[in-house]
Amino acid sequence: MYRLPVGHVIEEIIEFLVDHLSFATKACSVVVESSLRLLEKGMVAIPEPLFILVAGALVWRLSKDRRLGLFAVLGLALIWNMGLWKATMSTVALVLVATLFAIMLGVPIGIFTAVNRMAYRIIMPTLDVMQTMPAFVYLIPAIPFFGLGKMAAIFSTVIFSMPPAIRLTCLGIKQVPEDLVECAEAFGTSRWQRLVKLELPLARSTILAGVNQTVMLALSMVVIAAMIGAKGLGGEVWKAIQRLQMGRGFEAGIGIVIVAIILDRVLQKAGKQNNNP
Amino acid sequence: MSKIVVEGLYKVFGPTPDKALAMLKEGRSKNEIMESIRHGVGVNNASFAVEEGEIIVIMGLSGSGKSTLVRCLNRLITPSAGRVLIDGQDIMELSSEQLREVRQSKMGMVFQNFALFPHRTVAENAAYGLEIKGVDKETRLAKAHEALELVGLKGWEDVLPAQLSGGMQQRVGLARALALDPDILLMDEAFSALDPLIRRDMQDELINLQEKMHKTIVFISHDLDEALKLGDRIVLMKDGKIVQIGTPEEILTEPADDYVERFVSEVDISRVLTADSIMQKVVAVAHLGTDGPRAALRKMKNHGISSLFVLDKQHTLVGVVSAEQAVHLINAGESDLSQIICTDLKTVLPETPAQDLFGIMHDLAYPLAVVDTANKLKGVIVRGTLLGALSERKGGQRDV
Repeated sequence: MYRLPVGHVIEEIIEFLVDHLSFATKACSVVVESSLRLLEKGMVAIPEPLFILVAGALVWRLSKDRRLGLFAVLGLALIWNMGLWKATMSTVALVLVATLFAIMLGVPIGIFTAVNRMAYRIIMPTLDVMQTMPAFVYLIPAIPFFGLGKMAAIFSTVIFSMPPAIRLTCLGIKQVPEDLVECAEAFGTSRWQRLVKLELPLARSTILAGVNQTVMLALSMVVIAAMIGAKGLGGEVWKAIQRLQMGRGFEAGIGIVIVAIILDRVLQKAGKQNNNP
Repeated sequence: MSKIVVEGLYKVFGPTPDKALAMLKEGRSKNEIMESIRHGVGVNNASFAVEEGEIIVIMGLSGSGKSTLVRCLNRLITPSAGRVLIDGQDIMELSSEQLREVRQSKMGMVFQNFALFPHRTVAENAAYGLEIKGVDKETRLAKAHEALELVGLKGWEDVLPAQLSGGMQQRVGLARALALDPDILLMDEAFSALDPLIRRDMQDELINLQEKMHKTIVFISHDLDEALKLGDRIVLMKDGKIVQIGTPEEILTEPADDYVERFVSEVDISRVLTADSIMQKVVAVAHLGTDGPRAALRKMKNHGISSLFVLDKQHTLVGVVSAEQAVHLINAGESDLSQIICTDLKTVLPETPAQDLFGIMHDLAYPLAVVDTANKLKGVIVRGTLLGALSERKGGQRDV
């Protein structure tokens, strides 16, 4: 029976792109990796106790929740104690950078999707595919483009974590009540004014929910990306798997959970506060 | 020149409006078109003009096309055919840029469900139109404060709309439209979502404001009482068609067809009818100085009445004489009518509502004189005429 060359075609496309784009992607890789290294170095340079206290205070301020601040201090102290400080900093730096890219790309694409019907028809099914595709698959094309290492990890993380930012931005804009849009029209509002003065402010809490999801997905992907050299906490888990060190593996796992809880709660609270000013 | 002119306006909803338009022009009905080609008819050949400073109420039941019609005026809905002239300018010919400018400067709109922006304070809501127009922050907030003061919301500028009651929210909606100082106000069922008492307050307030502002107001309503109260003229719609255009009184007293008649039968007639629509022509008067008691008595006999109004040379009302006193005067051999004139008589202005006449006419010995502000006699009302006029309307109601 004739076998459709699905994999072959995709391979050809990616190879073609790699051949013609790799100079750009490799250059990009150098820039991002060196700035990432700088960020990591800066974070590690701060004495751990100071970092922990400042982070705790910041979490308290942002979430207006004293218990969460306390949790952050204790959790980070535990991570330090378990000897996972450097790995954690590396993971957090990676998540920050990847999320930044994902949001910088995702929110504008989401806006465009909401405003343009053709874009909506194309982008929405694409997102469905992106979200159902197993996360590991994204790792493969990342390697030829960027080589093993952090840039490849960031690339696959951005691809993996961007869909909720796009989807919820689009949703937030589309769910602005019809009567408010009509009212804005009646007062002679231009499309751009409608977006800036009405739709984006009203979509803010929905967009922030998308950002929250993006951060969570980025965190989970950064761990998986350890397989292509992302190091960090995921790297510790990966090492533990290879050496069958159960204890070490769970320690790194607990570290990831602590970081995830802190990020999630802070972002959720921030979203709620913006919702009811 | 009329402020707004609507000529042969059609709006059909559906993929092939031309087909539906052709059917409409053949005289097919809204339902027929819905059944045969599944197109909705919003407005069917509407034509009318609105004069500057006038309140025109477009009235009809839900689905009669009134909201569609008002949205055609500022092209929130694009008409399928016909013309809409604002100050002589056909808005169908405007580019989207020019259209926005017309909306920004000439037309303020107030919505049934208020449509306030929840993330903006009351003042920022009121300033919205000016902000869109590009007015600087200081000026637009000053104007917004003025508009809010006008609608009685001074002191509420910095709260969010969600903290206000329905009536107050709609005041913000009104202030938002007024802050632009537009020539035209489009009010789409603006008071329909409010409680009856608050609705009445808002209606009174709108009438008060209109006395100061003299805007051209197009008011959409499904409430006849509201239409009669606010409207200088009323446009009655049914199934997208205009059934009748007229003053409140014309609508009430000369309903164009069964539909209008059924509509108006709901209304408390006595509140809407005014003295001049009930009064009868004066058949005979006595002239002071020329007519003596005998002449007066003869006139009364000829017309079968028992009293006669007396006018002076300038035709202003002086008083009334009764047949009884005229006979007394003749028996006494006197000939000067002025001796028996009763000058202490009740008069009303033509625009007095019929409702108020009951109280005035109660235990009145003479017919009620209807006079204008210069005290010239316009007509008379006797109790029989008043009740007759009312029962005539009631009778019409029963027939439907």
